[in-house]
Amino acid sequence: MNSIHYLYAAYIATWAIHGAYLVILARRYSRIRRDMERLKNRK
Amino acid sequence: MKRGITALAVITGLMLSFALYEALVVAPTERTMGDVQRIFYYHVPSAWTAFLLFLINFVCSVIFLIRRNTKADILALVAAEVGVVFCTVVLVTGPIWARPVWGIWWAPGDIRLTTTLVLWLIYVSYLVLRRFSTSGQTAVVAAVVATFGALDVPLVYFSIWFFRTQHPSPVIGDGGSLDPRMWVVLLINWAAFLCLAGLASWTRYLLEVAKREVEEAEALESLYEGSR
Repeated sequence: MNSIHYLYAAYIATWAIHGAYLVILARRYSRIRRDMERLKNRK
Repeated sequence: MKRGITALAVITGLMLSFALYEALVVAPTERTMGDVQRIFYYHVPSAWTAFLLFLINFVCSVIFLIRRNTKADILALVAAEVGVVFCTVVLVTGPIWARPVWGIWWAPGDIRLTTTLVLWLIYVSYLVLRRFSTSGQTAVVAAVVATFGALDVPLVYFSIWFFRTQHPSPVIGDGGSLDPRMWVVLLINWAAFLCLAGLASWTRYLLEVAKREVEEAEALESLYEGSR
Protein backbone atom coordinates (compact mmCIF):
# COMPACT_ATOMS: atom_id res chain seq x y z
CA MET A 1 0.00 0.00 0.00
CA ASN A 2 1.26 3.48 -0.93
CA SER A 3 2.16 5.65 2.10
CA ILE A 4 -0.45 8.25 1.04
CA HIS A 5 -3.14 5.59 1.59
CA TYR A 6 -2.07 5.31 5.23
CA LEU A 7 -2.48 9.07 5.55
CA TYR A 8 -6.01 8.89 4.12
CA ALA A 9 -6.80 5.87 6.29
CA ALA A 10 -5.72 7.75 9.45
CA TYR A 11 -7.75 10.87 8.60
CA ILE A 12 -10.83 8.85 7.60
CA ALA A 13 -10.54 6.76 10.81
CA THR A 14 -10.36 9.96 12.89
CA TRP A 15 -13.53 11.33 11.31
CA ALA A 16 -15.26 7.96 11.55
CA ILE A 17 -14.58 7.89 15.33
CA HIS A 18 -15.84 11.44 15.84
CA GLY A 19 -18.82 10.75 13.56
CA ALA A 20 -19.71 7.61 15.53
CA TYR A 21 -19.61 9.61 18.78
CA LEU A 22 -21.85 12.25 17.20
CA VAL A 23 -24.37 9.52 16.27
CA ILE A 24 -24.28 8.22 19.86
CA LEU A 25 -24.95 11.75 21.19
CA ALA A 26 -27.83 12.24 18.71
CA ARG A 27 -29.41 8.91 19.76
CA ARG A 28 -29.12 9.87 23.44
CA TYR A 29 -30.71 13.23 22.67
CA SER A 30 -33.71 11.65 20.92
CA ARG A 31 -34.13 9.14 23.80
CA ILE A 32 -34.18 11.96 26.38
CA ARG A 33 -36.65 13.95 24.27
CA ARG A 34 -38.89 10.88 24.06
CA ASP A 35 -38.71 10.41 27.85
CA MET A 36 -39.52 14.10 28.41
CA GLU A 37 -42.53 13.90 26.07
CA ARG A 38 -43.75 10.77 27.86
CA LEU A 39 -43.47 12.49 31.25
CA LYS A 40 -45.28 15.57 29.94
CA ASN A 41 -48.13 13.49 28.48
CA ARG A 42 -48.60 11.62 31.77
CA LYS A 43 -49.07 14.90 33.63
CA MET B 1 -27.48 28.74 25.36
CA LYS B 2 -28.72 27.30 22.02
CA ARG B 3 -27.21 30.28 20.17
CA GLY B 4 -23.88 29.72 21.95
CA ILE B 5 -23.73 26.07 20.88
CA THR B 6 -24.64 26.98 17.29
CA ALA B 7 -21.90 29.64 17.22
CA LEU B 8 -19.35 27.17 18.62
CA ALA B 9 -20.46 24.54 16.05
CA VAL B 10 -19.90 27.02 13.19
CA ILE B 11 -16.49 28.09 14.57
CA THR B 12 -15.51 24.42 15.03
CA GLY B 13 -16.53 23.55 11.46
CA LEU B 14 -14.52 26.45 10.05
CA MET B 15 -11.50 25.71 12.24
CA LEU B 16 -11.49 22.00 11.34
CA SER B 17 -11.73 22.76 7.60
CA PHE B 18 -8.91 25.31 7.83
CA ALA B 19 -6.79 22.92 9.94
CA LEU B 20 -7.33 20.09 7.43
CA TYR B 21 -6.21 22.37 4.58
CA GLU B 22 -3.12 23.44 6.57
CA ALA B 23 -2.23 19.81 7.39
CA LEU B 24 -2.67 18.44 3.87
CA VAL B 25 -1.60 21.39 1.70
CA VAL B 26 0.35 24.07 3.59
CA ALA B 27 2.55 21.98 5.93
CA PRO B 28 5.90 21.06 4.34
CA THR B 29 6.49 17.42 3.43
CA GLU B 30 8.83 15.69 5.85
CA ARG B 31 12.03 14.52 4.15
CA THR B 32 12.34 10.91 5.34
CA MET B 33 8.74 9.85 5.98
CA GLY B 34 7.00 11.78 3.23
CA ASP B 35 3.26 12.43 3.32
CA VAL B 36 2.53 9.81 5.96
CA GLN B 37 4.13 12.16 8.53
CA ARG B 38 1.02 14.37 8.16
CA ILE B 39 -0.81 11.88 10.42
CA PHE B 40 1.17 13.70 13.16
CA TYR B 41 -1.21 16.71 12.79
CA TYR B 42 -4.16 14.57 13.93
CA HIS B 43 -2.33 12.15 16.23
CA VAL B 44 -0.50 14.64 18.49
CA PRO B 45 -3.32 17.24 18.95
CA SER B 46 -5.73 14.36 19.73
CA ALA B 47 -3.31 13.11 22.40
CA TRP B 48 -2.90 16.59 23.94
CA THR B 49 -6.69 17.08 23.94
CA ALA B 50 -7.21 13.68 25.60
CA PHE B 51 -4.60 14.54 28.28
CA LEU B 52 -6.29 17.88 28.96
CA LEU B 53 -9.70 16.22 29.28
CA PHE B 54 -8.33 13.57 31.65
CA LEU B 55 -6.75 16.38 33.69
CA ILE B 56 -10.18 18.10 33.88
CA ASN B 57 -11.67 14.74 34.91
CA PHE B 58 -9.05 14.47 37.69
CA VAL B 59 -9.65 18.02 39.01
CA CYS B 60 -13.45 17.61 38.93
CA SER B 61 -13.24 14.20 40.62
CA VAL B 62 -11.15 15.66 43.46
CA ILE B 63 -13.62 18.58 43.81
CA PHE B 64 -16.49 16.08 43.90
CA LEU B 65 -14.76 13.97 46.57
CA ILE B 66 -14.21 17.07 48.75
CA ARG B 67 -17.46 18.98 48.19
CA ARG B 68 -19.92 16.42 46.71
CA ASN B 69 -20.69 18.98 44.01
CA THR B 70 -23.07 17.57 41.31
CA LYS B 71 -21.74 19.92 38.60
CA ALA B 72 -18.20 18.66 39.22
CA ASP B 73 -19.44 15.08 39.00
CA ILE B 74 -21.14 15.71 35.64
CA LEU B 75 -18.08 17.57 34.31
CA ALA B 76 -15.83 14.66 35.37
CA LEU B 77 -18.06 12.19 33.52
CA VAL B 78 -18.22 14.37 30.40
CA ALA B 79 -14.45 14.98 30.34
CA ALA B 80 -13.73 11.25 30.68
CA GLU B 81 -16.15 10.32 27.91
CA VAL B 82 -14.89 12.89 25.39
CA GLY B 83 -11.30 12.11 26.50
CA VAL B 84 -11.83 8.43 25.64
CA VAL B 85 -13.02 9.43 22.14
CA PHE B 86 -9.81 11.45 21.56
CA CYS B 87 -7.64 8.73 23.12
CA THR B 88 -9.26 6.22 20.72
CA VAL B 89 -8.19 8.46 17.82
CA VAL B 90 -4.61 8.39 19.21
CA LEU B 91 -4.61 4.58 19.49
CA VAL B 92 -5.99 4.16 15.96
CA THR B 93 -3.90 6.76 14.10
CA GLY B 94 -0.65 5.70 15.85
CA PRO B 95 -0.55 2.15 14.38
CA ILE B 96 -1.67 3.45 10.94
CA TRP B 97 1.41 5.74 11.00
CA ALA B 98 3.67 3.01 12.44
CA ARG B 99 2.95 0.41 9.72
CA PRO B 100 4.67 2.23 6.81
CA VAL B 101 7.34 3.87 9.02
CA TRP B 102 8.36 1.03 11.40
CA GLY B 103 7.06 -1.87 9.32
CA ILE B 104 4.86 -3.02 12.22
CA TRP B 105 1.45 -1.94 13.50
CA TRP B 106 2.32 -2.13 17.20
CA ALA B 107 5.52 -2.51 19.23
CA PRO B 108 4.63 -4.89 22.09
CA GLY B 109 6.28 -3.85 25.34
CA ASP B 110 6.98 -0.28 24.23
CA ILE B 111 6.31 1.88 27.29
CA ARG B 112 4.64 4.82 25.49
CA LEU B 113 2.28 2.55 23.56
CA THR B 114 1.51 0.30 26.53
CA THR B 115 0.85 3.14 29.00
CA THR B 116 -1.44 4.85 26.45
CA LEU B 117 -3.41 1.63 26.01
CA VAL B 118 -3.61 1.25 29.82
CA LEU B 119 -4.80 4.88 30.08
CA TRP B 120 -7.58 4.17 27.56
CA LEU B 121 -8.56 1.00 29.44
CA ILE B 122 -8.68 2.88 32.78
CA TYR B 123 -11.10 5.50 31.44
CA VAL B 124 -13.20 2.93 29.53
CA SER B 125 -13.50 1.03 32.86
CA TYR B 126 -14.48 4.31 34.55
CA LEU B 127 -17.26 4.84 31.97
CA VAL B 128 -18.45 1.21 32.24
CA LEU B 129 -18.56 1.60 36.04
CA ARG B 130 -20.65 4.76 35.73
CA ARG B 131 -22.95 3.25 33.12
CA PHE B 132 -23.73 -0.09 34.76
CA SER B 133 -23.27 0.29 38.52
CA THR B 134 -26.56 0.71 40.37
CA SER B 135 -24.99 1.49 43.75
CA GLY B 136 -25.77 4.83 45.38
CA GLN B 137 -22.00 5.27 45.85
CA THR B 138 -21.17 4.96 42.12
CA ALA B 139 -20.15 8.62 41.72
CA VAL B 140 -17.80 8.39 44.74
CA VAL B 141 -16.21 5.10 43.60
CA ALA B 142 -15.82 6.49 40.06
CA ALA B 143 -14.18 9.67 41.41
CA VAL B 144 -11.66 7.54 43.35
CA VAL B 145 -10.93 5.45 40.23
CA ALA B 146 -10.46 8.66 38.21
CA THR B 147 -8.14 10.17 40.83
CA PHE B 148 -5.81 7.14 40.72
CA GLY B 149 -6.28 6.65 36.96
CA ALA B 150 -4.96 10.16 36.32
CA LEU B 151 -1.56 9.02 37.65
CA ASP B 152 -1.06 7.30 34.31
CA VAL B 153 -1.26 10.61 32.37
CA PRO B 154 2.21 11.95 33.38
CA LEU B 155 3.62 8.46 32.91
CA VAL B 156 2.38 8.41 29.30
CA TYR B 157 3.53 11.96 28.63
CA PHE B 158 7.02 11.73 30.08
CA SER B 159 7.75 8.11 29.09
CA ILE B 160 9.55 9.19 25.89
CA TRP B 161 11.73 11.55 27.92
CA PHE B 162 12.88 8.98 30.46
CA PHE B 163 12.84 5.63 28.63
CA ARG B 164 14.23 4.31 25.37
CA THR B 165 11.19 3.46 23.28
CA GLN B 166 10.24 2.58 19.73
CA HIS B 167 8.05 5.69 19.78
CA PRO B 168 9.79 8.78 18.30
CA SER B 169 11.74 10.95 20.76
CA PRO B 170 10.25 14.33 21.62
CA VAL B 171 10.35 16.78 18.71
CA ILE B 172 8.68 19.44 20.84
CA GLY B 173 10.17 21.24 23.82
CA ASP B 174 13.81 20.89 24.91
CA GLY B 175 15.97 19.53 22.13
CA GLY B 176 13.00 19.49 19.73
CA SER B 177 13.72 19.73 16.03
CA LEU B 178 10.29 20.53 14.63
CA ASP B 179 10.21 22.86 11.63
CA PRO B 180 8.60 26.21 12.63
CA ARG B 181 6.04 25.88 9.78
CA MET B 182 5.07 22.44 11.11
CA TRP B 183 4.72 23.96 14.60
CA VAL B 184 2.16 26.49 13.30
CA VAL B 185 0.12 23.78 11.55
CA LEU B 186 0.29 21.60 14.66
CA LEU B 187 -1.03 24.44 16.86
CA ILE B 188 -3.81 25.28 14.36
CA ASN B 189 -4.91 21.63 14.41
CA TRP B 190 -4.79 21.56 18.20
CA ALA B 191 -6.95 24.69 18.39
CA ALA B 192 -9.47 23.05 16.01
CA PHE B 193 -9.56 19.85 18.08
CA LEU B 194 -9.97 21.88 21.27
CA CYS B 195 -13.03 23.56 19.70
CA LEU B 196 -14.39 20.12 18.77
CA ALA B 197 -13.76 18.84 22.31
CA GLY B 198 -15.45 21.93 23.76
CA LEU B 199 -18.49 21.48 21.52
CA ALA B 200 -18.79 17.75 22.29
CA SER B 201 -18.34 18.38 26.03
CA TRP B 202 -20.89 21.18 26.14
CA THR B 203 -23.50 19.08 24.27
CA ARG B 204 -22.79 16.04 26.46
CA TYR B 205 -23.03 18.16 29.63
CA LEU B 206 -26.50 19.44 28.64
CA LEU B 207 -27.60 15.90 27.80
CA GLU B 208 -26.44 14.60 31.18
CA VAL B 209 -28.24 17.42 33.03
CA ALA B 210 -31.46 16.67 31.08
CA LYS B 211 -31.08 12.92 31.70
CA ARG B 212 -30.72 13.46 35.46
CA GLU B 213 -33.77 15.74 35.48
CA VAL B 214 -35.84 13.07 33.70
CA GLU B 215 -34.65 10.39 36.14
CA GLU B 216 -35.51 12.64 39.09
CA ALA B 217 -38.99 13.36 37.67
CA GLU B 218 -39.57 9.64 37.09
CA ALA B 219 -38.48 8.81 40.64
CA LEU B 220 -40.81 11.49 42.05
CA GLU B 221 -43.65 10.21 39.89
CA SER B 222 -43.24 6.62 41.06
CA LEU B 223 -43.07 7.84 44.68
CA TYR B 224 -46.27 9.82 44.16
CA GLU B 225 -48.01 6.84 42.55
CA GLY B 226 -46.80 4.55 45.32
CA SER B 227 -48.24 6.80 48.01
CA ARG B 228 -51.73 6.92 46.38
